[in-house]
Amino acid sequence: MFAYIVRRLAVAIPTLLILVVISFVLMFAAPGGPFNGERPLPPQVLANIEARYGLDQPYWKQMADYVWNVVVHFDFGPSFQYRDRTVTDIIVQGFPVTLTYGFWSFVVALVAGVSLGVAAAVRHNTWLDYLAVGISIGAQVLPNFVMAPILVLVFTLWLGWLPGGGWYGGQWEYVVLPVIALSTSYMASIARITRSSMLEVLNSGFIRTARAKGLPTWRIIWKHAMKPAFLPVLSYLGPAFVFMITGSVVIDLFFSTGGIGQFFVNSAFNRDYAVIMGITILVGALTILFNLVVDILYAWIDPKIRY
Amino acid sequence: MTLRTQLLAGAALAALAGQAFAEAHTMTGPNGETLAENQTFTYRVLDEFPSIDPGLIEDVEGSHIGRNLFEGLMGQDDKGDLVPAVATGYEVSDDGLTYTFTLRPEATWSNGDPVVAGDFVYAWQRAADPETASPYQWYMGLMNLANVEGVMDGSMDPSELGVEATDDQTLTVTLAEPLPYFAQMVTHTTTFPVLQSNIEEFGDDWTQPGNMIGNGAYVLSERVPQERLVMTKNENYWDAENVIIEQVTALIINDENQALTRYLAGELDQTDIPAGQFPRLEEEYPDQAVSVPNLCSYYYNVNVTDSGVEALQNVDVRRALNLAIDRDIIVDNVLAGGQRPAYTLTNWATAGFEVPSVPIAEMTQQERNAMAQELMAGAGYGTDGEPLTLEILYNTSESHQSVAVAIGQMWKQTLGIETTLANQEWQTFLEARGAKDYELARAGWCADYNEASSFLDIMQSDSGYNDSGFTNPDFDTLMFDARTAETPLPLYQEAEQIIATEVPILPIYHYATTFMLNDSIEGWPLENAQDNWYAKDLYRVAAE
Repeated sequence: MFAYIVRRLAVAIPTLLILVVISFVLMFAAPGGPFNGERPLPPQVLANIEARYGLDQPYWKQMADYVWNVVVHFDFGPSFQYRDRTVTDIIVQGFPVTLTYGFWSFVVALVAGVSLGVAAAVRHNTWLDYLAVGISIGAQVLPNFVMAPILVLVFTLWLGWLPGGGWYGGQWEYVVLPVIALSTSYMASIARITRSSMLEVLNSGFIRTARAKGLPTWRIIWKHAMKPAFLPVLSYLGPAFVFMITGSVVIDLFFSTGGIGQFFVNSAFNRDYAVIMGITILVGALTILFNLVVDILYAWIDPKIRY
Repeated sequence: MTLRTQLLAGAALAALAGQAFAEAHTMTGPNGETLAENQTFTYRVLDEFPSIDPGLIEDVEGSHIGRNLFEGLMGQDDKGDLVPAVATGYEVSDDGLTYTFTLRPEATWSNGDPVVAGDFVYAWQRAADPETASPYQWYMGLMNLANVEGVMDGSMDPSELGVEATDDQTLTVTLAEPLPYFAQMVTHTTTFPVLQSNIEEFGDDWTQPGNMIGNGAYVLSERVPQERLVMTKNENYWDAENVIIEQVTALIINDENQALTRYLAGELDQTDIPAGQFPRLEEEYPDQAVSVPNLCSYYYNVNVTDSGVEALQNVDVRRALNLAIDRDIIVDNVLAGGQRPAYTLTNWATAGFEVPSVPIAEMTQQERNAMAQELMAGAGYGTDGEPLTLEILYNTSESHQSVAVAIGQMWKQTLGIETTLANQEWQTFLEARGAKDYELARAGWCADYNEASSFLDIMQSDSGYNDSGFTNPDFDTLMFDARTAETPLPLYQEAEQIIATEVPILPIYHYATTFMLNDSIEGWPLENAQDNWYAKDLYRVAAE
């Protein structure tokens, strides 16, 4: 197991490097640049700005310098768009925000999704099943860019219960609406996956045996059916967790949270190369990490899996 | 003769009024209104500010922040007219080349240090210095300061710039050539003073809350990127006793519909109105929905160079296209936000500008259409001639698309010309348009200062913004002469006539700003066509 983890982490490094190279190539292939304003800058100013950010160097040198700074100094460079901020500043400020609402969304989506899915499977083809399936389909077809404005309309404008946006350091009333808006579609997917895999498990031989032994239903479900039924959900949860904690541009835009999801998209529009790279690496590293975590959990849940 | 401006008299009056007002100010507003307990002002901005350093500010929203955190030599009143700010007034020499500003001795920085002429000298040298690499460096060039070209291209030391501190209270500015509207230009954020010791102490981080020292009516107290920016009253401001609003908050809300919902929920005092919603909101909230002229023009660039299509190099085709646009439909039905039809590049609301009577503006749309058909037939395109398909390039946006669809429809109906629409993301769009890789392209221009040349300059042959590729020596000469002319208006009008005849651009409409403003907020400069508002002039009245 330990050797496996070391091997996986060792593979992660070239994977990240490939990610960096591809992102760099795509970035420079896009037309425009960080300092292309509507009014072209005078050549002298442009030359000075480009020199300041090393953009006057050949592409391969820029890439090599970048990788060197990241690896050796852990320095992601300055933002091209915001002169008084570095990429590290942006991540340090924005990541805790998305981590907070992403984590709570994950908890909500997991608990609600699994409950709905299990309930639907156990009471297969009853009203409870139809209700659970109805809820999850409804949540699935309401993407967060539709959910968010509806939530604001209802809870902010009509009921006046919750603020329509802002973050204020993550006080709970500012977190509720982003969490609901972000978690619904994930909850729907988790419910659907849980339901179908639970149905499959409940129809398998060892459950029939357990029933024949006369075990109570809750015990069969929690003790025997849950673990195997959870495996497909788990493989969905790894990437889903990363997507949630690195934020959603829709949530950030709508609720003005200051999270990094918005910086990610804006930096692409503004050709803020360093910010694009910094957040890409962050998301890439987290994806690799949580895929690994999922694989380890797999082995823990399913004794048949050995690495 | 030395011209002493009337500003000094105005300043004296203002000071008197201010004194009288200060005594009674705890209870009432400038016009005797009862003030609300809550003196905060919260407004919406679209996006995070690229910079709030006056020397680097390049966007309109950043300049609103700049005007509250700093104060320049001159300010603007609710009509956009000049009022004294750090300077109590100025004198102009007979040859129009030397401006002498007298600074008020009581002006201080937020740390209590006095604001001296040297602070302006430092700020101006810094903005012009290519080392600073300011995206608004060109503004210093527009000001015609002596030696500015040399300083800007790095061949001269910034200390040779035509600005010096004669003493702490006297700033002497030397121009390379006279500029009749020079005093208007020092209301712009690029010309605001900055404190050298502050910038040297913190480097690029000097604009962070806690570090930043300003001389405006407010100080920066909080800044959370992509969320909000908070400014609180600067007790060291020289006129602090007349500043009523205690706290100004800018909330960054990207989505304008979301901003409107939050406005309606009472979270904001001011927000823009999304396109097309003005008529509805005006009916529902007559006291809050506002439409004011805005010094911007919306037009289409026509690529008149060889890289465009051949048909567009024919001036008759361009004229026909220009005539066949029914601006009234676009303004009244497509946009419906108080915009005005445009037949000239220069916005009608520009100070000192009178829209010349270009022929197209005098005709009815039927006459225009008839003439357009005649011209197009003569050129051999359209209904009875060679089929012609033109591509309209615009940056992705719903309202640009609606306008392009409407215009395409008008051309098709009137002229039998087909159009295709091409939308591009902003950076890609800028690159394509700048490289003249287009046929017709959407463009918008906002005045940097309230004077016609701020619009017309962009059509000069060597302008970096002349994306049509239009070259006309007569036009260039007119603009050159206008710089020093005693009354430049006829020259500007003649320049507009050239544009109307040659049609390198198709003017479409002059902008209006539509926004919701909480009806308890008073003092908003509704008649300032540049929308330059100062939070120190606002106040909130108590509900009746």
